[in-house]
This record gives sequence, C-alpha cells and structure tokens, in this order.
Amino acid sequence: MSSHLINWFRFASPASFFPLAGRIARWFAVPAGLLGAAGLWLGLVVAPTDAQQGDAYRIIFIHVPAAWMSMFIYLVMAGWCAMSLTFNARLSAMMAQALAPTGALFTLIALCTGALWGRPAWGTYWAWDARMTSELILLFLYLGFLALRQAIEDPRRADRASAVLALVGAVNVPIIYFSVRWWNTLHQGASVSLTAAPKMAAIMLMAMLLMTFAAWFYAIAVTMVRARAIILERERRTAWAGTLAGVVQ
Amino acid sequence: MTAVALGNGAVWPGIAWALRRDLRLALRSKSELGVQLLFYAIVVTLFPLGVGTEPALLRALAPGILWVAALLASLLSLPRLFAADFADGTLEQIALSPHPLPALISGKIAAHWLTSGAPLTLVSPLLALQFGLSGTELGFLALGLLLGTPTLSLLGAVGAALTLGLRAGGALLALLILPLYVPILIFGAGAVEAVHSGLGAGAELSLLSAALLAAIVGAPFAAAAAVRIALD
Repeated sequence: MSSHLINWFRFASPASFFPLAGRIARWFAVPAGLLGAAGLWLGLVVAPTDAQQGDAYRIIFIHVPAAWMSMFIYLVMAGWCAMSLTFNARLSAMMAQALAPTGALFTLIALCTGALWGRPAWGTYWAWDARMTSELILLFLYLGFLALRQAIEDPRRADRASAVLALVGAVNVPIIYFSVRWWNTLHQGASVSLTAAPKMAAIMLMAMLLMTFAAWFYAIAVTMVRARAIILERERRTAWAGTLAGVVQ
Repeated sequence: MTAVALGNGAVWPGIAWALRRDLRLALRSKSELGVQLLFYAIVVTLFPLGVGTEPALLRALAPGILWVAALLASLLSLPRLFAADFADGTLEQIALSPHPLPALISGKIAAHWLTSGAPLTLVSPLLALQFGLSGTELGFLALGLLLGTPTLSLLGAVGAALTLGLRAGGALLALLILPLYVPILIFGAGAVEAVHSGLGAGAELSLLSAALLAAIVGAPFAAAAAVRIALD
C-alpha cells in the first residue's frame, strides 16, 4: 500500500479531519470573498446595461451560479451518501449532512432570484417552465433529506436512512427533469429560454465565471465549517474533543 | 405462519409466501380496503365542488384530478405495508428468514398493490365518467393507472420503510415520496391528454412501463436496505 493511500484514510477519521477542515475552510473562505467582490463589481458596475432587459438582467450573476451549485451539490451529497453506505464511514455521512443545508439554500436562492428576474423579463414571477419546476422539486428533495434526518434521533440510523433517500433521489433527478421538460413541451413551448438568449458579452461571461467560483468556494468553506460543528457535536464524548474544548474528562 | 418454518431460502417461494400472507391479512380487514376506495372517490368528488361544473373545464382537469387522487390514495395506504409488522416484531422475524429480504418485500409490495392500486384502477373509469371523458379516454386512463400504480407502491415502499417508527411518519412520508411520484403523474395524466388531442398515448405508456420495470428491479433492494436500517 502506498503512503498516498494511507494519507487519505488518515483523514477519514473525524479526529484527524477536524483540523484539516478548519484549514480548508480558511483557504476557501478568503478566495470566495475576493472572487465574490470582484464578480459583483464586474457584474453590477462594469458590465454594460442590456439593450432588451435593462439592468434587471444583472440578477443572472447570482441566479445562474446558484442554480448550478444547487444541482451540483445534490450530486456531491449523493456521492458522499454512497460512500457512507458502502464503506460505512461516519465522516462521509457527516459531509453529506453538512452539504444539504447549503444545497437547499442555493436552490432557494435560484428560485427566488429566478422569480425576481422573471417578473421584469417575462412579465410573471412564476411560469411552469421545465427548469423552474424541476428546481422546485429539487428543493423538495433537499427538504425531505433534511426532514428525515431531523426525525431520526439515532445519528447512525439517520446517516444511513438519509443516504438511501439521497441515492433514490439522485436516480430520480434526471427522470424528473426529463419528465417535466417533456410535460412542458406537450402543454406549451417555453416562452423564453436561456440558450436562446443573445450571445453574452465577454465581460458578462467573466463576471459570471467569477461568481460561479465564488459560490463554489463559499460552498466548500461553509460546508467545512458546518462539518466541524457536526463532528464536535457527535464526537463530544471522545477524549480528543474533550481536550479540544478544554474540558477535563 | 412463522417465517422460520420456510425451509431453504429462495426468491420465488419468498415472494409467493409474503404475497399470500399479506393478501390474507388484507382480506381479513376488508373495511380498510373499502375506506381507501372511498377516500379516492371523495377526493375526486371534491374537485367539481371546488372548481365548478363547467363541462369543458372538468374534462380538461379530469386526468390530473384522477391521477393526483390516486397518488394521495397510494400515499395514504403506504403505512399499511410495514407499520403493523414493525410494531409487533413480525418484520424482524421476516428479516431473519432464510429467504432474501428483497424477495419477501417484493411479495409484500405485490400484495399491497393488489389491495390498493388494482381496485383503484378498476373504479377509476366509473369516477372518470362523471367528468365526461370519452370511452377511449376512460380505457387509457385505466391502462395508465394499471401501469403506474404498481410503480407508486414500489417507490412508496422505500419511503414507508425509511419512516418506520418515526413520530412525524405520515407527513414526512408525503414529503419524501410525492416528489418522486412526479414523473408517474406526468406520464399517466399525459397519456389521457395525448389520446384526447389525437396524438396517441404510445410514448406515455412506454415510459410508464419503463418506469415500472426499473422500479421492479431497483425498489425492492432499496426498500430492503431501508427495512434493515429501521430494524437495527
């Protein structure tokens, strides 16, 4: 076995992952803030006003990264859940638990900003567009995951039950997406679609990319902070957590 | 009828045993089955009272109403799958039997469908008649329900097993399972709509069948995993 592998397994233990999570959180929090500030400055100040939509289009600098992250985080969460079930690793389940609220938050942000953008752009807060509907169902999937965890008192049972749910959900997400898209095309064509939008100016694309990386780094940093809190809460009876808190056991 | 007296573990005898046992139990409490059908009929009846009796409107809403009511009726009957067996310890004995747990659970799901989805499919044309659907549309509604309701039972079994013994069980089950029912609702109601618009329902029925086959392959294993988690 190479030392490379051993190093990875070392961090599968909550006790050795705890300080690493703290360092990762710091490494990603600062770039997230800087990238976010640069992206907002480019997007809100530098980027020109859109000829058709006016200034309202600037919501996409929040909206699109949030929508991407909402779907991506669900996949990552399902991946951790699969690892927690196959290797029976506590830390994997803790990571999934730490990711879920951030994923739900991004889904909610994507839905709210989408509604606020839809009002000036399409004249309505809500249309039963395929993307919007599947995003709403994704929010329900996140909330179901969180509610199931909340309802189960034993953390290990909660880990495994929510992992099964996340995996069943992950199999269903593409089916739901395509069914909703197909249902939508049956009833009415999408009135406006992102892909049909005029080609984006380079500066807008730059702002969007900066905001995407900011959202990504923010998600990593926040997840690590939350994972540390979860580790401390669940390992509070162990010796290392006791010494960390300065409590004499 | 204990699970211990079953002999060597095998898939088909396991399915047959669980199916027979659950069917017998269900047929001994017939009133419960009747209540579920009444629930379906009442939910369907409430819609005209709410939206008015304009025939064109009712005809347009009918597939959706009948399917949403079927989803709710399925949801309502799901706790029956495992809850009683879990409460009196039978489920633990079933899990200890030499037969594979996914096979036993498949039998339970089949019995659940035969006592919930199947009767519902049979009465649905009668209820749909009140909404002015044509003869062919009634047929395709029933055909869609015939292909779709087993999938509801299969997916629902996973949710029912995950929420076993939890306090907020019922409402939580709805939150977990209804989003997963969305594709079935879309294809099922879409089939009737497609027949009405003259497109033919071949695509929808194929997709419902595909979902059913995928659920038959996957759901018993997920439900078995969830049952084992609940029994730990």
